[in-house]
Amino acid sequence: MTKVKDNILKFLIYLCSALSVLVLIGIIGFVFVKGIGSVNWNFLTSVTSAFTGNKGIAGNLVNTLLIIIITMIIAAPIGIGAAIYLNEYAKPGKFVTLIEYAAETLSGIPSIIFGLFGMVFFGEALGFGYSLLTGSFTLILMVLPLITRNTQEALKTVPDSYRNGAVGLGAGKWHMIRTILIPSAMPGIITGSILAIGRIVGESAALLFTAGSAKLLPAGFPGLLEKPFQSGGTLTIQMYLSATSEGDFDTAFGIAVVLLVIVLAINVLTKVLTRKYTAGKER
Amino acid sequence: MKRKAIIEKTAEVIFIICAAIAILAVCSITFYMIFKGTPALSEIGVSDFLFKTKWAPTASDPSYGITYIILSSLIGTVMAILIGVPIALLTAVFLSELAGKRLGSVVRSAVELLAAIPSVIYGLIGMMVLNPAIYVLEKKIYGGDTDHTFTGGSCMLSAIIVLAIMILPTVISVSTSSLKAVNDSLRSASLALGATKIQTIFKVVIPAAKSGILTGVVLGIGRALGEAMAINMVAGGAVNLPLPFNSVRTLTTQIVSEMGYAQGLHRQVLFTVGLILYIFIMIVNYILLRARKKEALK
Repeated sequence: MTKVKDNILKFLIYLCSALSVLVLIGIIGFVFVKGIGSVNWNFLTSVTSAFTGNKGIAGNLVNTLLIIIITMIIAAPIGIGAAIYLNEYAKPGKFVTLIEYAAETLSGIPSIIFGLFGMVFFGEALGFGYSLLTGSFTLILMVLPLITRNTQEALKTVPDSYRNGAVGLGAGKWHMIRTILIPSAMPGIITGSILAIGRIVGESAALLFTAGSAKLLPAGFPGLLEKPFQSGGTLTIQMYLSATSEGDFDTAFGIAVVLLVIVLAINVLTKVLTRKYTAGKER
Repeated sequence: MKRKAIIEKTAEVIFIICAAIAILAVCSITFYMIFKGTPALSEIGVSDFLFKTKWAPTASDPSYGITYIILSSLIGTVMAILIGVPIALLTAVFLSELAGKRLGSVVRSAVELLAAIPSVIYGLIGMMVLNPAIYVLEKKIYGGDTDHTFTGGSCMLSAIIVLAIMILPTVISVSTSSLKAVNDSLRSASLALGATKIQTIFKVVIPAAKSGILTGVVLGIGRALGEAMAINMVAGGAVNLPLPFNSVRTLTTQIVSEMGYAQGLHRQVLFTVGLILYIFIMIVNYILLRARKKEALK
């Protein structure tokens, strides 16, 4: 009797575990089969036009790239700075607990709420309107906890002897952080940043009402400089619009393929980095 | 020497400011949600708003009852948890107790990738695969029924299934690590007393990891409540009682689908919907913080 029960449970365990793998294979397979036909050089380098009937996502690619760059340029230093404070300066107490609570709360807030906040604060109160900047500012708040947490983990693995050694040789704390800590924690910082980029690429709800949905390519270099102040839809936003209001499923699946390739690449990259990092530590 | 001291102080102050930004962000988000979400409440009246079921914001005599919307969010979340958590827990059991190195890493990678897939892709697959399948089921069940409004598969049931899949990675990874953290001496003691491996897992290991698993479930609840885009693509677009084959709107999809064109009071009401979602999420967060604190004290 026990044996039968055990076997049933074991079967259920294997079945459920297989489900995750099957769902993943199903999603990837379906997206590639439906979408690979839409993806070609022209699709990636031109812009959709109702006039010529051309389909392309170059504008959305540029917008996504710009949002990643603007967000990370601001979020990475702040996130790393916060981690350094929490790990190197702060003494346990009310202020630190408050910061940690705030970071946890921030990572629990759904992206649609960030979107609403970004729209009324950065968009309306600060006057950036629907623009890549509004979108980026909103995303900064979303990825900060991720970068801070990963940097903190990395800082914790730096042995205290490094710190003491540097300070013992007469280095100031800032000098020690700059020349010893940050370089030693670099792999963790990079992993956190890549994860943050993955989050930005996949984000949609927070961008819909902040960055808007324009899909034209900026005109030349001056246009690229003005682009952050203008509306721009990322890949995910365009995919959402293509699949819903525009009813253009070729484009939607084409973008889905591009998104999946980016997500897979980011996953592999972080794995390789983590492995390299931990292997180096064991030595 | 003095210059060095100034640099040191400046660095410290800058780092403090960086750390304080998280606090500032949470405070200003909370402030803005309340500031933008409350005006409509006083205009419409709390009880009309919360306990009326009719949603007709653009009618000549507009009505802003959001009972069904709140119910849809809550029931969708609860059902997704009821379906998703057992699957996630059994997968976690596999990963921590039964899996060999090879098979374990395959499942683990799959779970990690599921977590990384953007929600719009879940929505797209839901639209193209799940909705037609549910529609077949709907036609079978409601065949000759003239009272039923056919949804083409864009309904509560589709939303629940998509949510159940989307919470899997969160619940699996948190549960796996808490199962792994259970002391091996407990397992050995149970096995030595003659229990089988499966009995040990279900009678000893899972109860011992209970609080960690519950943390995972609470995280899953937060995820399901806050999911917007995927649900918006599969759940249909009408405000209805959350029955399995009804087209529904949740707190999140209500904002996503109407914020783009809403004006005046309608727009304020959508902010109130956001405020209600925010309050739910804060409750979930508070439970999480309490659970984490308890865990840390242990």
